[in-house]
Amino acid sequence: MRRLIIALAVLGLLAALALFVTRPRDVSANAFASLTPDVENGAQVYAAAGCASCHLPPDVPEGPLAGGQAFETDFGTFYAPNISMDPEHGIGDWTDLQLASAIVQGTSPEGAHYYPAFPYVAYRNADLQDVTDLIAHLRTLPASDTPSRNHDVGFPYSIRAALGGWKLVFGQPGWVIETQDAEIARGRYLVEALGHCGECHTERAALGGLKTDQWLAGAPLPVGDGRVPNITPAVLDWSAIEIEDYLASGFTPEFDSAGGEMAAVIRNSTSKLTNEDRQAIAAYLKAVPGVE
Amino acid sequence: MPRLSSLAIPAAIFGLAGMALADSHVSDEVAGAVNVRQSHMSIYAFNLGPLAGMARGRMDYDAEVASAAATNLAGIAALDQDRYWVEGSSHDDLEESEALAAIWDDPTGFGERKIALQVATADLAAVAGNGLEYLQAAMGPVGQSCGGCHEDYRLSDN
Repeated sequence: MRRLIIALAVLGLLAALALFVTRPRDVSANAFASLTPDVENGAQVYAAAGCASCHLPPDVPEGPLAGGQAFETDFGTFYAPNISMDPEHGIGDWTDLQLASAIVQGTSPEGAHYYPAFPYVAYRNADLQDVTDLIAHLRTLPASDTPSRNHDVGFPYSIRAALGGWKLVFGQPGWVIETQDAEIARGRYLVEALGHCGECHTERAALGGLKTDQWLAGAPLPVGDGRVPNITPAVLDWSAIEIEDYLASGFTPEFDSAGGEMAAVIRNSTSKLTNEDRQAIAAYLKAVPGVE
Repeated sequence: MPRLSSLAIPAAIFGLAGMALADSHVSDEVAGAVNVRQSHMSIYAFNLGPLAGMARGRMDYDAEVASAAATNLAGIAALDQDRYWVEGSSHDDLEESEALAAIWDDPTGFGERKIALQVATADLAAVAGNGLEYLQAAMGPVGQSCGGCHEDYRLSDN
């Protein structure tokens, strides 16, 4: 009996230690406080980060970020929340620090972990200045009082505390490819951090972490037929200029036009970037390792 | 060989690969419709080439070429397509088709997309010869229209 009590106590302590180590973190208030927001740059960060493509309501091409789009996955169905400026149903009453903690740490104002359907693992690599600017831009956008819909996630994935362990394993900041070139590094920032391209273009392992050795080599669509294409140089043989034009206009070198989710990505994100940023993305895509 | 000869006519006219469909177990009507749809798309692409190239500054603006290509686009966008979209010709029915079943599940939405393309290409044809800046402004809605339809009704693979 005594042995059992000791064993249970040890297990309890280990569990408490694990929960402590994997607890939801906030952005450091000190690192954040000294930054002055630049709303104009915030609009560019907003486009590059692709917020609208997920947080606009289904089949609505513009307007408040009222949420509601469904994302079916192997772990359940996630619904993009309302991130408009409504104080009750959106994020209008969150502080800048709460918003920054959500975006780069995946931590809610209540101190819970977000599911990584929200691509904070990519946003972890964002500059805090850009995050500050993005938040300032979000505050200029219109409000919607549409309530957010609860995710439909079954046991055991419904235990949010377990996401702390997931973050520890799969959610560390850092770059997938190394580069010394300034333009490729800018492209890397746009692709790996803000644009979170890997979230769709890279296959996932059993627990949902991205297979970084298959980086941007394509993945099955979560639902239905079709694939998210391989965009490494082993398969994507477009010139840098052709990639740049596709990101600007949606037209492929054969003058086919982008479809599926990429149509929204081009409309909301890549068509709104500067030519220099599209060139940087093209340079990066030319530099990633080719994966068949 | 009734099937092969009926396929050979559109394939010869449009210079497209009718061969892929020859092995499919689908009716002549379906095979012909899929062929002509894909040919129709390739005529869009052929005419979009110079327009998109000029709009992006990849080739010099030429008012005559721009106007002719835009008039072609508007012309084929206005064609009646009722016989293109026969039942049983979605990607679920035959692999060569990239048309999603949503086209038949949501005919109203699909019809609105067709009208959006007709409006955008007619607007483009009206101004494409007036100068590069007009062409560039009118190409935006055309591209949005292409992408808008492919977003919901075309198989995702690029």
